[in-house]
Amino acid sequence: MMHIPCPHCGPRDETEFSYGGPAHVARPGLEASDREWTQYLYHRQNPKGAYRERWCHSYGCGRWFNALRDTTTHVISKVYLMGETGE
Amino acid sequence: MSAGPYRLALHDDRTRVPFTFDGHALEGIEGDTIASALLANGVRVVSRSFKFHRPRGVISAGFEEPNALVQIHSGARAIPSVRATLVPLTPHLEVFSQSGWPSVSRDVLRALDWLHLVFAAGFYNKAFIWPSWGVYEPVIRLLAGLGHTPAARDPDRYETRHAHCEVLIVGGGAAGRAAAQTYAGKSERVWLVDGAELTAAGDISAASNLTLKPHTVAVGMYDHGLVALLESINGASSQAPRERLWLVRARRIVLATGAVEQPLIFSNNDRPGIFLAGAARTYLERHGIAPGRRVVIATNNDSAYDVAKAVCRAGVNVLLVVDSRDTPEPTLIRELQALGVRVRSRSMPIDSSGFSALKSVTVATLTPGGIGQRDRIPCDALLVSGGWSPTLHLYAQAGGKLQYSVATCALSARGDVHHVDVIGAAAGECAGELGPRVSPIGNRARQWVDLRHDVTVSDLDLAVRENFCTIEHLKRYTTLGMSVDQGKLGQAAATEIIAGIRGIPPQMLGHTTFRPPFVPVTLGAMVGRNVGDFFAPTRHTPLHAEQAAAGAQFEDYGEWQRAAYFAKPGESREDAIRREVHLVRTGLGIYDASSLGKIELKGPDALEFADRFYCNSCLLTLKPQRVRYGLMLRDSGAIFDDGTVAVLDDDRVLLTTTSSGASRVAAWLEEWRQCEWPDQRVVVVTVTDQWATVALTGRQARAVLERLKPKCDLSNDAFPHLSVRVTSLLGSEARIYRVSFSGELTYEINVPSHRGADLWSVLMDEGRSFGIGPYGVEALLHLRMEKGFIHVGADTDGTTVPDDIGFGNPASAKQKHYIGKRSLTLAENVRPDRLQLIGLAGLGRAALPVGGHLRLPDSHEATDGWVTSAGLLSSDGKPVGMAMLRAGRNQMGNLVTVHDGGRVVAQARVVRPLFYDPQGMRTNV
Repeated sequence: MMHIPCPHCGPRDETEFSYGGPAHVARPGLEASDREWTQYLYHRQNPKGAYRERWCHSYGCGRWFNALRDTTTHVISKVYLMGETGE
Repeated sequence: MSAGPYRLALHDDRTRVPFTFDGHALEGIEGDTIASALLANGVRVVSRSFKFHRPRGVISAGFEEPNALVQIHSGARAIPSVRATLVPLTPHLEVFSQSGWPSVSRDVLRALDWLHLVFAAGFYNKAFIWPSWGVYEPVIRLLAGLGHTPAARDPDRYETRHAHCEVLIVGGGAAGRAAAQTYAGKSERVWLVDGAELTAAGDISAASNLTLKPHTVAVGMYDHGLVALLESINGASSQAPRERLWLVRARRIVLATGAVEQPLIFSNNDRPGIFLAGAARTYLERHGIAPGRRVVIATNNDSAYDVAKAVCRAGVNVLLVVDSRDTPEPTLIRELQALGVRVRSRSMPIDSSGFSALKSVTVATLTPGGIGQRDRIPCDALLVSGGWSPTLHLYAQAGGKLQYSVATCALSARGDVHHVDVIGAAAGECAGELGPRVSPIGNRARQWVDLRHDVTVSDLDLAVRENFCTIEHLKRYTTLGMSVDQGKLGQAAATEIIAGIRGIPPQMLGHTTFRPPFVPVTLGAMVGRNVGDFFAPTRHTPLHAEQAAAGAQFEDYGEWQRAAYFAKPGESREDAIRREVHLVRTGLGIYDASSLGKIELKGPDALEFADRFYCNSCLLTLKPQRVRYGLMLRDSGAIFDDGTVAVLDDDRVLLTTTSSGASRVAAWLEEWRQCEWPDQRVVVVTVTDQWATVALTGRQARAVLERLKPKCDLSNDAFPHLSVRVTSLLGSEARIYRVSFSGELTYEINVPSHRGADLWSVLMDEGRSFGIGPYGVEALLHLRMEKGFIHVGADTDGTTVPDDIGFGNPASAKQKHYIGKRSLTLAENVRPDRLQLIGLAGLGRAALPVGGHLRLPDSHEATDGWVTSAGLLSSDGKPVGMAMLRAGRNQMGNLVTVHDGGRVVAQARVVRPLFYDPQGMRTNV
């Protein structure tokens, strides 16, 4: 069980959070081709190593945020707010 | 008289502890484990092996024990497969062996051992395939001796605790105690845990920041410094829990987990009476038990020399020490010679004899080409030492890398995990020069590398021959290390042998993955207090007590306990539901709808925000006090939830959701608000629990509600169907909806939760002269089925799109960009042969089976769809239902067969899914 640093509440057990999949997935408009739309719906990178993803502190402040996590070591090197790029 | 024939006099003054083993009354002493008490009493055979049913005895004194797995207690408190080496003996403990018939010492299945050539690795996969594995499995399980699960619910209590510390030290040996001493002086909170006794005596100061946890095993290392500890609580008050699972978050973890002594590999190295040398020393020094009367010691390293001295000094006859090295340290040899013990170097055991107890061991001189002189030495105990393998399970679980070390001939920690230190024997500090530990000759089918699962060297040969070469394949093919002991004994020896068979250096072989738990954890400890009523919270509506008084039969609907129906004396469930349906259709019903999800949106953009979630109509034109039905989609186009949207005010919208969907929908709205549309000026608040909701249903609903003198006009013109009034009732704020899920005139009246009970009683009183009666969830589900209203999750599934249930294709409408819209024109979602919602009119008299599959005439498909809802019409008793059917809307008027349990159970005609009041005359009155 990870210890996730909520940017609003500080470090908390993983059980307080919900996972929201990769961060920064752009949602295309209605004019998107079938291919672009299904890419958005179903295709994910699932890389080994650094990964930007969304978490929600569901059983805490209820806020969504982004985290930069290494998928092999689970080290969370950065958390940042929705709308930020994290660079 | 001593407590057991093998007990030495020096422990005679300790308190006697009576216990039973397979019903025989025996006596141990205070401080014994089950294993030591059995050894003291001369019990050599404690189990039968897994495949061959060979007699097996205690071999170790720790968690690595593969043989002495026993069942303790009986009845509801029984626990199977505990390590006799770890469980402290308590007065009147019942201990049972787990294998062998009729008994562990006289097992008729020993015959299996003669057939051992048949039972090579993979024989299950090769032999038990006809007609199916399922035929053999129960018998094989029985023979395997895995113990018995208790027949009744465990009466004991278990606990889960959370804790934090700066430093957690695992292992209370010399290294662990020294670390505790050091850290206690400089860190805030220090924990020291050990599976055995641990006292604040000697080198450990009783510092206030040092927490000692004896009888506590670290069973798992997880991410970010989380360690799971299993604490056994013995002999405390009956109020104490039996076990406690600690979840400790530690900043730094120090692993002083020691090392496991390795066995020597030679023919018949599994006989009762063969012990690990270090274990024999533990039994001798801690429990005063002689390993035998005439003892031989065989080693490939220095550590067994101390054991030999200790055994000798205890007055036990040590016949010989055999060392596989060419030139052991001369001082060690001289010390033993001074005690009268002969040392034979460059030699090792190659075979043993005896059946239920060791009778002799054959020792041979190792020569460059094989073996030289061999001698058979009668003895009743053989103590072996094949070097020490660091205990690194926790280190590996934490993500540490392991590498086979040529110096220690075992896996060792390589590199580092940033918050974990490995110290002492676990860090390989006990290494010295090692001699061979595998006999160069002998019958490989009788050389055991995994005692628990009966895996021999010849099994490893076979696996490699059949190309199961990599360590992970080989493990699964031979089941090496896959039993309850997880192969903790002899792991290093196995690595060496497999590498030898493959002709590669052992460091190239790699290792299997170490996963928690380190030792088996009882289910009781894992669930802690979360059993029975505490397993999951149940939710009651504010009207629970009123309904219970009215005879409600509550059932679980998701997390809610709701009234399924209201039983009258002598009435069956079906009778009650039928009566309630009839009551609503012909009279007046009252229903608790409080569990419906209610979510309030507040802010200038509330309506626009809501509009983006519903596919079936544009909400932007919705006027205050009006209500609309809405269907909510995932972005994939699949139906997610449904409910109503009511505009209470310009900046306030109230959504209702399905009872089970309330929290899901609220989270969904919040996710889009925060992540996708942060510019929307709106807040989302769940108000389900704030309101009690009573539905008043039937032609007389208006007349009864009038009597409560609401501050709004109830006439059909002033307050039409699909509208809402914020008003006051019984002196409280009230939100009254005119909506209908049953097809009858319905007022859904919301009042603050604490006024719900009042409202229910007043309506019951006022409605009495109209014959009012309560109805439950089941009647409502039937009523809505007659109207063809879908029940999301029952009539739809995760693939259903709006067009499938007859909503047309809303993507073609010029409505805005709601969630899921783009998906509705994807090729998959407009396929003409999709499952579509239709009605079924059964030709027989019995109700159609929900879940029963449908087939069209001349169909070549396995199934063409299934029944999603069904019942007998309240008007004429005919069977009807709703179903998803392949291209169903093209099949109107056609017959389908309905299948259940592999048989055709009915024929039904495909009709429109609407069986009651098609014009909606009854709703709009």
